[in-house]
Amino acid sequence: MARMKFLCDAERCIECNGCVTACKNEHEVPWGVNRRRVVTINDGVPGERSMSVACMHCSDAPCIAVCPTNVIYHTAEGVVLHDKDGCIGCGYCFYACPFGAPQFPNGPAAFGARGKMDKCTFCAGGPEENHSEAEFEKYGRNRLAQGKLPLCAEMCSTKALLAGDAAELSDIFRERALRRGKGFEAWGWMTAYGKDKEEAK
Amino acid sequence: MKPRFPLRLPAAVAALLLLAGCSEEPQVVQYEQGKYQGKADSRPWEGGTFNGDKAAWERALHERVRSQNEYQRVE
Repeated sequence: MARMKFLCDAERCIECNGCVTACKNEHEVPWGVNRRRVVTINDGVPGERSMSVACMHCSDAPCIAVCPTNVIYHTAEGVVLHDKDGCIGCGYCFYACPFGAPQFPNGPAAFGARGKMDKCTFCAGGPEENHSEAEFEKYGRNRLAQGKLPLCAEMCSTKALLAGDAAELSDIFRERALRRGKGFEAWGWMTAYGKDKEEAK
Repeated sequence: MKPRFPLRLPAAVAALLLLAGCSEEPQVVQYEQGKYQGKADSRPWEGGTFNGDKAAWERALHERVRSQNEYQRVE
C-alpha cells in the first residue's frame, strides 16, 4: 500500500506561492487559515532557499499522540486526517506539530474560542462520504478519491513540490540528484534542473 | 473502671497513619496510545469515480506520480 508523502526540493522552489494559492482556491479555505505556506531562509541573500511547508503526514504523528479526544487518525494510505465533529479546539496538536500545520479559524484565542482545527488533508477529504457536500464543507475537495494528487504539487511550476507514494518520489528525486551532481554550482539553473541527458553521459 | 492505657487507641491510629506512608503505591502514570474515536472514513476508491475498483485507482495515481518526473515527460 502506498505511503503518501510530500517532498519539497529546496533547489527548485522559487517562492512563487502557487501551491499556497492553489490550496486556498481548491478547498475554499477561509481567511486566517493557511494549510500550506512557503518559508524562505536567508531571504534576499544570494543562495537563499525556499520551501513549501504543510502537514507532512508523519508516519509517527505527534498530533495523533496528543489529541485528547482521539479524533486524528492515519488512513491506510498514510495520510493524517481528523474528524472535525469531535475536535474541541484545544490546540494541543498545534503545540505538538513541528511544522505548525494545525490551524485554527479564529486564530490565537482562548481555549474554546479558536474553532475547530483545520489542516492539510493531502486533498483526501475527511471522514464523510466521498465527494459529499459535508466533506467539502468541512475538509475541502477529495482529489485522492478522484485518482488525483494534491493540487499544490500538481500546480507547482518547477516541480519543486512533489506528492505521492514515498518510494516513487524517492525514485524521482534520486534521478534529479544524479543529474545535478555535486558541487557544480551553489545556486542556479544547473543545480535545480541538472544537465540534459546527452551532457550527463 | 478506668482503662489501663487510655492512649492506646489514638496511638494505634497514629501508627497506622504513619505506616500508611510507607506502603504508598507507585504513582507513575502509564500512558496508553489512544484509539481513534471519530467517524469511520471510506477508502479513496470507494464510491464515486472508481466505484470500488482499487486496481484502477492505484493505476491512476501511479500515472499521476510518474508524470511529476519531467525528465520522463520531455525526453
